[in-house]
Amino acid sequence: MSRLPITKTPKAYVGGAFIRSESARVYPLKDAAGNFFGNIPQCTRKDLRNAVEAAAKAGPGWAKRTAYNRGQILYRLGEMLEARAAELADAIALGGAAKAAAAREVAATVDRLVYYAGWTDKYEQVLGNVNPVAAPYFNFTVTEPMGIVGVLAPEEAPLLALVSLIAPAITSGNSVVALASTAQPYPAILLGEMLATSDLPGGVVNLLTGFRQELVPTFATHTHLRAVSGVANADERRVLALGAADSIKRLHLLKTEEATDWFDDAAQSVYAVRATVEFKTTWHPIGS
Amino acid sequence: MLARSHPAALRRLFDEVGTVDCVGVEARVAKYTTRSIKKASKLWGLKTAVSMVDLTTLEGKDTPGKVASLCRKALQPHDPALGVPQVAAVCVYPAMVRHARKALGRDATVRIASVATAFPSGQAPLKTRLGEVKAAVADGADEIDMVINRGAFLAGEFGEMQDEIRAVVAACGRATLKVILEVSELETYDNIRAASFLAMRVIREGDFIKTSTGKTSLNATLGNNQVMIEAIRDHYLDTGISIAMKPAGGIRTAKQALQFLIAIKETLGDAWLTNTRYRFGASALLNDLIRQIEKEKTGAYQAPYYFSEATESY
Repeated sequence: MSRLPITKTPKAYVGGAFIRSESARVYPLKDAAGNFFGNIPQCTRKDLRNAVEAAAKAGPGWAKRTAYNRGQILYRLGEMLEARAAELADAIALGGAAKAAAAREVAATVDRLVYYAGWTDKYEQVLGNVNPVAAPYFNFTVTEPMGIVGVLAPEEAPLLALVSLIAPAITSGNSVVALASTAQPYPAILLGEMLATSDLPGGVVNLLTGFRQELVPTFATHTHLRAVSGVANADERRVLALGAADSIKRLHLLKTEEATDWFDDAAQSVYAVRATVEFKTTWHPIGS
Repeated sequence: MLARSHPAALRRLFDEVGTVDCVGVEARVAKYTTRSIKKASKLWGLKTAVSMVDLTTLEGKDTPGKVASLCRKALQPHDPALGVPQVAAVCVYPAMVRHARKALGRDATVRIASVATAFPSGQAPLKTRLGEVKAAVADGADEIDMVINRGAFLAGEFGEMQDEIRAVVAACGRATLKVILEVSELETYDNIRAASFLAMRVIREGDFIKTSTGKTSLNATLGNNQVMIEAIRDHYLDTGISIAMKPAGGIRTAKQALQFLIAIKETLGDAWLTNTRYRFGASALLNDLIRQIEKEKTGAYQAPYYFSEATESY
């Protein structure tokens, strides 16, 4: 007897829940051979707004976790990905990548998570400082997470680039609203399922799928997003710069026109963590 | 099952004022959440909702200073350039009325509402409750929010319940009265409708019936709001007396407020879309309304910390 086909409804991951777009819109995803694979949520600015609300709720709790605990959770997320590596590789191969290249991307992604898991309780020692001052005071510079960070993932390296942008932001206790690759959203959708089973609190990472031209202007103007990091083309960079100036947010943008090697060691750094923290300097009397 | 356990008095009252079609009410209010209100009408709705807010602080830790900042927020909720109106009233405990009067001044258009009558339980001797009402009015309260005697209602002692409301009406003098039914303790829509009628028969034109104290788990919902405004409509059609309505508690977002306004518009009509006939008892709601007004004006979603502190977080 033939079974009924069990097809999957890919969903975005917002506030720890799997959601369709509030607009109910979807766009079809085809595999490299041109066969229909699934309908991907075409998220709107309202979905982005809801994701920011979810991130705002989750953020303070995440930032309050100890650095050690954040590291453990990031490492466990790596474990979740490792266990489902084959499935993730298939998802990447859907876009036309060779099997071996897809497996390599998954391995690099897991390694990247482990890399930032290691940094959670160490970046403060590198980025913070006790400043020498000519008075009987201690003068400390310490870091604080910014709050909610927007992430614009590039079209290529749909898993590795996305994780490379999200991981440094959550390392320091930020929460993230990320827009996945439009052409290859399926690895991000699987990533959402793994985030849900990692110990990362719901809402710390929110993954949206959809069209960049519909969402980038809202990423630019939403005043609750404190920074946007990612990859953008010249037009998008202009929109983002204008919106960021109005809402006073930081931008850390790579250029679409200049290829980024996400596999390279240069794609991971404590300076990526620095990009989404604010520095606070305090004076404290030394006493006698 | 419920009908069996009801005292005969309650059954007679149901026969008289009619019962509620629960499924019908739920289906009706579910439709309100599907209306699409955009642009100019949304902005109008948001501003109207601001003008209907009874900005409330009812906590044991209220201080004169906290009430004073509540009053300043009531007088100017946001940048006047945006055309955000003042709220309708501030709502405080009786002991805070004189501090609110001092902060608002004699001639303020923002009114002072005070919960009285041993809010929220109402479990105090009638004499004490009336004394509280008189003291609040003497201190400068323009409006009194009283709680009904739920125990008397549920026991079928309607005469007692109505006599108490009459006594409070008398104690109010020129102050407007709001009668809190505390719907969560009335348990059924039938009871809410019946209690609404009992209250409406003894209060004056322009007085309010109000859903709840905000101190219990279940507060204002579109469902019990609908039951009460339909009772107001039926009472108005019977007697020509227009009673006002105040849902309170649980209305936290601008979206919810607009849905309540839709319910009013479609049940009672435009005549009730004014703050003399409809109010929101709320604290967190005001900030969300202002936030959405700002969003409508600028086109950009706003962070909550761009606005003066929400009154709930003082």
